[in-house]
Amino acid sequence: MTEKLIFELGSPGRRGVEFPAGDVPATALHELLPREYLREQSPPLPEVGELDAVRHYVRLSRMNFGVDVGFYPLGSCTMKYNPKVAEDAAALNGFANLHPYQPAELSQGALRLMYETQQDLAEITGMDAFTLQPAAGAHGEMTGMLMIKAYLESKGETGRTKVIVPDSAHGTNPATATLCGFQVVEVKSDERGGVDLAALKQVLGPDVAALMLTNPSTLGLFEDHIIEIADLVHRAGGLLYYDGANLNAIMGYARPGDMGFDVVHLNLHKTFGTPHGGGGPGAGPVGVKAELEPFLPKPVVIKQGDSYLLDYKRPQSIGRVKAFYGNFGVVVKAYTYLRALGGRGLKQVSEFAVLNANYLMKRLSNHLRIPYRRVCMHEFVASPPRECKERGIKTLDIAKRLLDYGYHPPTVYFPLIVEEAIMIEPTETESKETLDRFADSLIKVLEEARENPETLKNAPYTTPVRRLDEVAAARKPVLGWFPE
Amino acid sequence: MNVPVELKYSREHEWVRVEGNRAIIGITDFAQESMGDIVFVELPSVGDTVEAEEPFGVVESVKTASDLYAPVSGEVVEVNNEPVDAPEVINQDPYGKGWMIVVEMSDPSQLENLLSAEQYKAMVEEQA
Repeated sequence: MTEKLIFELGSPGRRGVEFPAGDVPATALHELLPREYLREQSPPLPEVGELDAVRHYVRLSRMNFGVDVGFYPLGSCTMKYNPKVAEDAAALNGFANLHPYQPAELSQGALRLMYETQQDLAEITGMDAFTLQPAAGAHGEMTGMLMIKAYLESKGETGRTKVIVPDSAHGTNPATATLCGFQVVEVKSDERGGVDLAALKQVLGPDVAALMLTNPSTLGLFEDHIIEIADLVHRAGGLLYYDGANLNAIMGYARPGDMGFDVVHLNLHKTFGTPHGGGGPGAGPVGVKAELEPFLPKPVVIKQGDSYLLDYKRPQSIGRVKAFYGNFGVVVKAYTYLRALGGRGLKQVSEFAVLNANYLMKRLSNHLRIPYRRVCMHEFVASPPRECKERGIKTLDIAKRLLDYGYHPPTVYFPLIVEEAIMIEPTETESKETLDRFADSLIKVLEEARENPETLKNAPYTTPVRRLDEVAAARKPVLGWFPE
Repeated sequence: MNVPVELKYSREHEWVRVEGNRAIIGITDFAQESMGDIVFVELPSVGDTVEAEEPFGVVESVKTASDLYAPVSGEVVEVNNEPVDAPEVINQDPYGKGWMIVVEMSDPSQLENLLSAEQYKAMVEEQA
């Protein structure tokens, strides 16, 4: 089943709607704009009737795969189910139709919601203050690193130009450090998948601004030397940055603030049940310890007596990082999630996330190679069995074949330090039955790999399009459509 | 896995062909094989200097992106544009048409830190 582009549907001159004649005098375009800014030909817009347009997009939507359709164990991305009650709350008239220029005294409910979200996130992470402005995780990283830079500069520590990042880090960490003008230094992982302490000691010094760390790491492992690591970095005069991508594994059990982190960003869409990118927009709040609070982006929502206000009087602030106050609708959804679950519920989220991952890892441990044989956190990393390699089967083939079984494949080829990596994150919202069905399917795919490798090499068979040519797409991308 | 005996190797999977004071540098057969189809290459310009064990470029496949590490320090005196225009030459001919840069070595004693073909082969087999 393939679908034509909307540009290829319809017929010249066909219209979905007919506009009534204008009741204001018409002015020729060239009287309004200089000629060099006018296009010579009309753009080739689609010319279809309303019904054809509706069918086209409904058909496309039915080809889409999301958590509301099926199991989506995409490691590192935390594709968990987002409760619909949060959508209800965000759609409430008072939130959805609130104007950003409405004065603070007429927006007390919204400001209270933001204030309490800041407080809740601070409590969960063990930090002192939060900003809700950043629009996504990577944006939060940038905000956090700019605060670290401003803080160090305020102390006259301008020689700290290096940021340490472990080799298992999210690619956004070194990218953020580079974007903020730091030089990235990589440290290797030890044989248990943690930060190699000896390697860390070698790179620590008076030129180090910060260490960026995810805990649990991208290998799904808890960094149990974290207190020692924090101590080493602080003694060398650097700060600790926490990438909150994996906070969903430790809520109510451990807090980055207690581990010694100075700055954290959270991904509300990973941990607090708000939609991911495609259903976005996103939010990447950033929390800091008291010493860094003056550098938070402004305005910050504060409470004075019984009223809430936007505080702009922050001379050391790094400034705004987003128009208005961030993506407010996303914050409403996260607030709903926080209030619906409460402290005990959030702790259970982490408990089930870790339990589900360990259950799947155990069920698959005789079928996949598990490089780090430890209790995992909310996700685990594996490699295909050796016989796959002998038969020329790559992780990509296994992932493609899983599509035929009705699953979104796990993350593949990340983290980079594991050969032919498959990274599975079931999330806390899946039932045991779903986990068992997935494990059975994956075991069946691995049987096919042994008995009939060609089945995997040509997969998928049941999707709207078959195996895509990723190499051609990268080497010779076709990014536009032009009429013939 | 092809590991020509006359070359020297870095632990980061680059090869070096020594010609007088010059080092011709590329990535190994093992590296191209494990990266898969290479789709993008970024190399320095003639006249740039490179530092041993520091990144000098980037190579990207459909699976992953990796920094290229200079096996020796020196000045870049030649750059091969063929892999930049047609990255598949690295997959097809990593030790020939897929060569990347030529460096005028500032400290040829750094060559002693590199691996022989035999040592490199042993390292790769141990990792696999």
